[in-house]
Amino acid sequence: MDISYSDSIPNNVELASDKVLQRALEHWQPQFRAWWGEMGPEGSSAYDVYLRTAVSVDRAGWAQFGYVKMPDYRWGIFLNPAEPDRKIAFGAHRGEPVWQEVPGEYRANLRRIIVTQGDTEPASVEQQRHLGLTCPSMYDLRNLFQVNVEEGRHLWAMVYLLHRFFGRDGREEAEALLGRRSGDVDNPRILGAFNEPTPDWLSFFMFTFFTDRDGKFQLSALAESAFDPLARTTRFMLTEEGHHMFVGRNGIRRIIDRTVEIMTRERTDDPRRLRALGVIDLPTIQRYLNFHSSVTVDLFGADLSSNAATFYTTGLKGRFREEHIGDDHVLRDAAYPVLELADGALRGREAPALNALNERLRDDFVRDSVAGVDAWNSALEKRGIELRLRVPHKAFNRQIGPLAGIKVSPDGRVISAADWEANVRDWLPTAEDREYVQSLMGRVIAPGQFANWISPPASGINGQPLDCEYVRFG
Amino acid sequence: MVESARQATGTSPPPVSFETHPSRYRHWTLEVAGRTATLTLNVAEDGGIRPGYQLKLNSYDLGVDIELYDALQRIRFEHPTVGAVLITSGKERIFCSGANIFMLGVSSHAWKVNFCKFTNETRNGMEDSSAHSGLRFLAACNGTTAGGGYELALACDEIVLIDDRSSAVSLPEVPLLGVLPGTGGLTRLTDKRRVRRDRADVFCTTVEGVRGQRALEWRLVDALAKPQAFQATVRERATALAAGSDRPAEATGIALPPLARTDDAEGFRYRHVEVRLDAAARRADITVRAPAAPPPGTLEAVLAAGASWWPLEMARELDDAILQLRSNHLDCGTWVLKTSGDAQHVLGVDAALVAHGANWFVREVIGQLRRTLARLDVSSRSLFALIEPGSCFAGTLLELALAADRTYMLHVAADAGGPALCSSEANFGLYPAVHGRTRLDARFYGEAGPLADVRATLGLKLDCTTADRLGLVTSAPDSLDWADEIRIALEERRTLSPDALTGMEANLRFGPGETQETRIFGRLSAWQNWIFIRPNAVGEAGALKVFGSGRKAQFNWDRI
Repeated sequence: MDISYSDSIPNNVELASDKVLQRALEHWQPQFRAWWGEMGPEGSSAYDVYLRTAVSVDRAGWAQFGYVKMPDYRWGIFLNPAEPDRKIAFGAHRGEPVWQEVPGEYRANLRRIIVTQGDTEPASVEQQRHLGLTCPSMYDLRNLFQVNVEEGRHLWAMVYLLHRFFGRDGREEAEALLGRRSGDVDNPRILGAFNEPTPDWLSFFMFTFFTDRDGKFQLSALAESAFDPLARTTRFMLTEEGHHMFVGRNGIRRIIDRTVEIMTRERTDDPRRLRALGVIDLPTIQRYLNFHSSVTVDLFGADLSSNAATFYTTGLKGRFREEHIGDDHVLRDAAYPVLELADGALRGREAPALNALNERLRDDFVRDSVAGVDAWNSALEKRGIELRLRVPHKAFNRQIGPLAGIKVSPDGRVISAADWEANVRDWLPTAEDREYVQSLMGRVIAPGQFANWISPPASGINGQPLDCEYVRFG
Repeated sequence: MVESARQATGTSPPPVSFETHPSRYRHWTLEVAGRTATLTLNVAEDGGIRPGYQLKLNSYDLGVDIELYDALQRIRFEHPTVGAVLITSGKERIFCSGANIFMLGVSSHAWKVNFCKFTNETRNGMEDSSAHSGLRFLAACNGTTAGGGYELALACDEIVLIDDRSSAVSLPEVPLLGVLPGTGGLTRLTDKRRVRRDRADVFCTTVEGVRGQRALEWRLVDALAKPQAFQATVRERATALAAGSDRPAEATGIALPPLARTDDAEGFRYRHVEVRLDAAARRADITVRAPAAPPPGTLEAVLAAGASWWPLEMARELDDAILQLRSNHLDCGTWVLKTSGDAQHVLGVDAALVAHGANWFVREVIGQLRRTLARLDVSSRSLFALIEPGSCFAGTLLELALAADRTYMLHVAADAGGPALCSSEANFGLYPAVHGRTRLDARFYGEAGPLADVRATLGLKLDCTTADRLGLVTSAPDSLDWADEIRIALEERRTLSPDALTGMEANLRFGPGETQETRIFGRLSAWQNWIFIRPNAVGEAGALKVFGSGRKAQFNWDRI
């Protein structure tokens, strides 16, 4: 096959001279295109979309804007530039030079980490593939597509690692990443949360706020990896993950803005009246928030994990901002608190820090989420609204780990099953909530127009006006 | 350490009991529908038989396996119309992750070995029932099937693996733990499933295992099924397996009541089996008593006797006694095997066993005896049989003498009140030992002459002279020598290295010609137990010790 690699696949990994990678991609790229055609954004293949493409990793190259049909998007392979003389920052190999090849000893675990991360990327594209049919504006539709193509690029990034460093096994795993389908009972994505549907735009914004934030923390932990190609790949992915969280943060913020505008105008906080006026009341937003926060908190895994300990000690996966933590980076005798149920209440128990690394990353995530939600609360305060949105307690609505069987209220009280039943309608989205939110989902695609339940953003993309034709339907 | 905690803390953990009942299971459920029994593993994480570890991911310890053993016994006797047993898991995306590693990490060497032995016997018992009693097994692997989980599947007749692009079968012991798949995994890959050995090499060193089509191609599983089709597929295959079973379409089960066991200062006793412990001599005398009255002869009477029919009750008691001694009396290194009662009653039982062997219940009782005797074969204890006046080493009970490492018979003529022994049809085929041959056949290395000579005496009472001439006893001291000979032999024995004895006895018991079972036990006793005590596994930085702590194992790289 004759591919002009550097044109069709922008890269900084010397693809043009890498026979191993070329052979793998010749096979895989057509399959990826077929997958995008089948599972990418529904009905979108002929649209010209105003998208950002990364053509290099420098300031000028990583964000090139222009109109492109998504199937022709130039999914590229980029690693952050190598840090000369980078040393392993943690674990048993601390202080040794980072690895440019996969050590045979860690092949299985590294492959597993990469496959698990890689599987989430196409999964979210699949979860979101129908959302284009109910977009609240052309601006939002374009943002959705941007998120989608970048999830696609993140898939490419993980596939690059599999192809380049894992031989035949890697090629098979890369193929399997295109074979699984989100929500397909016979053929599911690896992680449970990535098999849940993203049925509406409130869910989409919550997903990008919370679940892409999980992505940020996972990628940050991998960005510390002793396996340098993984570290460099994930560092570059983090720049794109930032945009996804922006979409969520601003999407929710705009929904809140619109709701508050109507609340102020009509002098009411009655959800029934607000719903009659076609906006999403704040308690409903809180319930969606509770749901997505708790589902995402589960993604960090069991609070005590031998895998997490092994990954750390062997240098495969570090902590969030590892080098900024002031300890020995080995953690052999260190402790970290995890929650347990004692005498009917949750309490912290000191556990081996090595085994508690999932919990630590989860706590970092929760802190970051709280900061994000506080930004919304400042907006509420500024508008004179007393209600505050709250990130639920990390033990709320857990399905994984030792807290899974325990009923905990959003503010962290252990409660009875009866109390749970009596209150769950106030804490998690009800069928009526979902039905109502679904009922708002029309399709607004006139440039500069926005659905009634969401405010326009403060500014357009890349300095373009709000009424820019971000998507040309052709 | 689970076992040595006893000395360290001064508080004894409760002795292990091998008796349970489905109503008390914490980890398994047993459901019977039509010809299929379903055993569902859903391990209670906090239900370990000893403190100090959590049974995560459907991993098991001795307590979990005791329930499995009990369930199999219930299916054999209480559910005679069951033709197939479907083994599956009640947890999503995980079938079974094998023996709990943290349990192994905190266990003493003896506890680990005992645990492995019992789990092996239970799995061999499944294959025994499949080969002899028409009870077929299907592993419905609905998720990750790792280590001992896959070994459990290997013990089944068929393995169906869910094909969800994630679930794999694996034997990750070598790369993950620095030990072997010790519950027959290695042996069954080759001997039973005929997995090519280079593929087996790859498989056993690949932590993540093999899934989907490749697992099928490599013969690691028999069928794949997509998640939505999985239940239907395994039901269908279980039904097909059951249809091929010759267990009865209609029959009334025989309930297994708890054993009547009492403990006293000297030891413990049941109705037909008595165990007297001599702690100072590190010795247990096991006496099996013949039926007190003439046993039932007709099938109707046998069925009416049910669980109290002597061969069944005696075998269950002896089985429990062996397990008790092995788990709770580790330093009791010599077991002296004795019998007492009327040999004619034992021969009467044998006649009924042979005459009614086609009946499902009688067949199961024979199976119980066969498996109990096999437990004796693989027990790491010196077995000495004493044939004294009043004993009844006849037919089925002669197997105890034939299983022993040495047999002493008092040299006193029968007409002067001396002991006798006697063979029956039962000795010529009902109870093949783990090497697959009868104990008589193995004793004479299959040589036709000596076997024919013994067979010529079928049903006859043999006095010491004849028994000695036929090669059935080791030594026949007369009454003046007896007490000293026996005392010295036992005293000498107990001073020898227990490890060397275990190795020597196993070598001699199994003799030439390996079977899957002897290979499993041989490799467990030799390789696995060697690895289990090496620093590379259990030293401070050994792979088994540091597993899960996040610390890296440190090996001594010298190959031995």
